[in-house]
Amino acid sequence: MVEAVHTDARNQSLWGDAWQRLRHSRAAIVAASLLLLVCALALVGPWLSAYTVEQVDWAQATLATAPSLANGHWFGTDANGRDLFVRVWIGARMSLLVALLATIVSVVIGVAWGATAGYLGGRVDGWMMRFVDVLYALPYMFFVIILTVVFGRSLVLIFLAIGAVGWLTMARIVRGQALALRQREFVEAAIALGLPPATIIARHIVPNVLGTVIVYATLTVPQVILFESFLSFLGLGVQEPLTSLGRLVAEGALEMESSPWLLLVPSAVLAIVLLCLNFLGDGLRDALDPRQRR
Amino acid sequence: MTAGPLLQVRDLGVNFSTSQGEVQAVSGVSFDLRAGECLAVVGESGSGKTQVLLACLGLLAANGAARGSARFAGRELIGANERSLNSVRGTGIGLLSQDPLSSLTPHLRIETLLTEGLLDRGLATRDAAHERALQALAEVEVPEPEARLRQYPHELSGGMRQRVALAAALMCGPKLLFADEPTTALDVSVQARVLELLARVRNRGVGVLLVTHDLGVVAGLADRVAVMYSGRIVETATTDELFSAPRHPYTAALLAAVPRLRGDAQLRLVGIPGDPPQPCARPPGCAFAPRCVRAEVRCSDSRPELAPCADASLLAAARAVPTAAVACHRPLQDRAGMA
Repeated sequence: MVEAVHTDARNQSLWGDAWQRLRHSRAAIVAASLLLLVCALALVGPWLSAYTVEQVDWAQATLATAPSLANGHWFGTDANGRDLFVRVWIGARMSLLVALLATIVSVVIGVAWGATAGYLGGRVDGWMMRFVDVLYALPYMFFVIILTVVFGRSLVLIFLAIGAVGWLTMARIVRGQALALRQREFVEAAIALGLPPATIIARHIVPNVLGTVIVYATLTVPQVILFESFLSFLGLGVQEPLTSLGRLVAEGALEMESSPWLLLVPSAVLAIVLLCLNFLGDGLRDALDPRQRR
Repeated sequence: MTAGPLLQVRDLGVNFSTSQGEVQAVSGVSFDLRAGECLAVVGESGSGKTQVLLACLGLLAANGAARGSARFAGRELIGANERSLNSVRGTGIGLLSQDPLSSLTPHLRIETLLTEGLLDRGLATRDAAHERALQALAEVEVPEPEARLRQYPHELSGGMRQRVALAAALMCGPKLLFADEPTTALDVSVQARVLELLARVRNRGVGVLLVTHDLGVVAGLADRVAVMYSGRIVETATTDELFSAPRHPYTAALLAAVPRLRGDAQLRLVGIPGDPPQPCARPPGCAFAPRCVRAEVRCSDSRPELAPCADASLLAAARAVPTAAVACHRPLQDRAGMA
């Protein structure tokens, strides 16, 4: 997967090399900066406003006031008179948290499972991948809904449920890579050095597939955010007074005609996050692909 | 130094099950290798010489199976489980492979590649392993070892990589080094340096099993030679004997096919006509018979066994495997027979 750079005399690692190329991709850098800005706002945004998530502003003439700089409701208020600026960043915080944790869960399980199956090969590989196939065959949405119904709605459960299903594709991708890598001479050399399989998988196989994994993970994050939004839209996601971008969009859709900002603002934030992640994922894929080297 | 041979291979065979049925890549291979000795296994591509190495280390492809016996310091390697193989790999037998770029994991620093064998077994602390790595690089004459340790394989030149690979193979202090075509990927001037380093390793008392198709490499390094053809050893001899008086017509043909700078200008370079037989369709007799200028009827009917040579019987008496042996019905007796 990773070829040598014979022409490049600079002393830099393959990762440093990838970073150099990522830096030259304007789209990826803009996307990364915007994403950082959204993350920062999700963390500190709620404190910038004079209001809290649950606080109803009785001072206004109507409950759903339009965005204005004068009254301090920069994004307006929702149908219950709560400040939308605060709620959007709280929602973004929740969506990003779910995305991050669920992606970590799916990456950790997927990489470990896939690399082990691919490296060991043979019968072990067969059984491990049949297990993945069986899980694949379960209706994804149905599975998560049942989980939420049986165990009640909790944040942890959402992370686990989304992550637990998300690792299947990751495992398949990593397994394919590991299968190809174990034929390589450096793996043979590592075996000939007497290293045990666990060490070979962790040190010689996994770092080699990380390029693919990182790219796929950045493409998984939007899927997870959309899925969480969908769950929240169905009423299976996060609960009041907490909120997520998906919930805000769903609530905004109800008031679309009378107060369009309730739909437009959270949708815009969601769209920015998703676009940025897709651009960043694209940029990373190009940067980590050795054939892109000039 | 042990009294017996370091590596004792008896009747080793390697089979591959393919879609065309069982293929015998190697059969009936026997040899001894002592500490501080270099045995070269010579043969053309596909003669099974690399499979002999891989079988001893338990590194055959998934569809391959080894038969017979290979004992390293008294321990059976053929059919041994992974755990006992792992206690021999690296610490007992080091492997130096053909292409140093693909045998060094590309994303790991030289330091990691050198020290992982020691650290993983808990044989050394991080500091001690670092010192040992510096020392190992100095031994293989890598300049600026401290800087090299922080570099990645792709930042080094081909010759440097092969030296690093040699240092890595020797890090855990193996008693035996398997060198699988160690100079094939290198240019001639670098080849000479690597051979020198290998000779130094041998002089330190490490047994070297050298697999190559390059007779020049053999002449420079090996004490004894085993010539393989179509999965079998057809001749064994000391290097001097082999080069001065080859007994098997195949060996003679190989030597005649080596280009020479000096000597008779009239002597034309002689190739060996034909191709080696497919492993799944070997003739019943001598595998070399169809290409052999000396072949007669019995050569294609019955396969000659590897038999000790009469004039080598003095040496042969002292060893389990004769130093000089040939598998041929009509061996060349002396230099005159070559013409």
